[in-house]
Amino acid sequence: MRASSANLRLAPAEIAETDLIIDGVSKRFNTREGTVTAVDGMSFSIERGEFVSIIGPSGCGKSTIFSILGGLVRSFDGRVTVNGEEISGPHPAIGMVFQEESTFPWRTVIDNVAFPLEVQGVAKAQRYEIARRFIDMVGLAGFEQRYPSELSGGMRQRVAIARTLVFEPKILLMDEPFAALDEQTRLLLGDKVLKIQQDLRQTTLLITHNITEAVQLSDRVIIMTFRPGRVKRIVDIRLPRPRHGDVVSSEAFGRYVAEIWSDLREEASRGMAETEAGARQSKA
Amino acid sequence: MRYLTLLPLFFGLASVAIFLGCVELLLTFGLLNQFVIPFPSAVLGSFGRLFAEEQLFHRLVLTGTEALAASVLVSLFGISIGVLLHRCRVLQLATEPWIAAITAAPIVLAYPLFLVMFGRSAVTIVAMGFFAGLAPVILKTLEGLNGVRKSFINVGHSYKLTPAQLFWKIELPAAVPTIFVGVRLGLVFALINLIGVEFLINFGGLGQLVNDLAERYDLPGVFATIVFVILVSVVIFSALERMERWFRPADRS
Repeated sequence: MRASSANLRLAPAEIAETDLIIDGVSKRFNTREGTVTAVDGMSFSIERGEFVSIIGPSGCGKSTIFSILGGLVRSFDGRVTVNGEEISGPHPAIGMVFQEESTFPWRTVIDNVAFPLEVQGVAKAQRYEIARRFIDMVGLAGFEQRYPSELSGGMRQRVAIARTLVFEPKILLMDEPFAALDEQTRLLLGDKVLKIQQDLRQTTLLITHNITEAVQLSDRVIIMTFRPGRVKRIVDIRLPRPRHGDVVSSEAFGRYVAEIWSDLREEASRGMAETEAGARQSKA
Repeated sequence: MRYLTLLPLFFGLASVAIFLGCVELLLTFGLLNQFVIPFPSAVLGSFGRLFAEEQLFHRLVLTGTEALAASVLVSLFGISIGVLLHRCRVLQLATEPWIAAITAAPIVLAYPLFLVMFGRSAVTIVAMGFFAGLAPVILKTLEGLNGVRKSFINVGHSYKLTPAQLFWKIELPAAVPTIFVGVRLGLVFALINLIGVEFLINFGGLGQLVNDLAERYDLPGVFATIVFVILVSVVIFSALERMERWFRPADRS
């Protein structure tokens, strides 16, 4: 079990194999209480085909990092580069899966999945053909003509994943995509995502607060500090691949979970104490 | 399944029939005043006379045409103004309280002003219906567009949609259910005012007929016309509901 150093600097040879580089990224918000630093000098990189998770307590700036990498937040300090190209907005190489419900209720499954191709002007027959391939990949064949209201939460999230994969982004960003799902669905969907990621050899960054999920899916887990969000530690997960759902019952898995939890508990406790103190102060 | 669909309808019709039967009995035994409430049988019997002598069908077409004109104008202008205010935040902040206030105002009282402007004509009636129905459509369009989920907008941004694509492919379809609530409310307001103004200025279709019959103290005729107006409203709103389902296919499933 090895823990990498937090802030890394890459040699030119390493950059060639790197899809995503986050270098000294900071983000501050102006609030009524003053300036809040959500993320402070975060640096890490993700190699081609790698599955990396970011884990941290609530309010540590995980979703801010997601929005910055997705190009939804444009004003921040530091640099984010995709294949050596600095991003200044949504990048065509990046696909995003959101935490909140994001399937369009007025569109059928196939029209939801084909949406990115439709806005690119791909002909209907062709985009349906491509969409069917990805619907099949996420295990929703036969549900093409259903509306999201007819599907379960897990199925809707699979539609969102298929919609993101359909334009074949090099990098997949996922912000707590399984947060609203029950534990069993979460584990099964995790298996599905892992299989797709291995089949497509997709570079993937998962934002999560679930340690089990992070260890089950990732090659590396980045642990963040509570506000301001910084990289506390990067843990390499050396569990054998291909991984399946039964990996969660192995001894090594339990050790990784315990190791990450000991780091995370410290931050979560600090977060809880600061939040309670803040609440007491605003009451007074 | 068909049994389950027909059962509520049967109970609905049966309860109306029982209610009318009770009124008939109470009138027969003198427990209700016949000079205030006509016999339900007389009301039903007067329909033939209304069609033959009072040109009920012709009046229906007249009121229907006015209602259609007001509906098209209300929908067209209401949705367009709502979209414009959504796009221009300053304009929205400046005008929204006024528009909300207009919704609650008894616009029908402004009919003398419209009479001066457009004369005793169908234009006055349509204009009154239009102004009465406009505010709810604007407000609900605004509410629908302002309430589009942030995650839908973020999906649009992540695919680098142009502002026009974002509007037509995400914002407008997401707002359709709320916009339809506004259109339905707008049409209710328009129809009430339309028939009310027909009654007040004694011109046009069904509203004028109620006025005429009331002045002649033809109580069964008045009640029959009112029942007819209610039935027409039911048909119009059923048609609107069907149209709404066509616009929102997800709800058909």
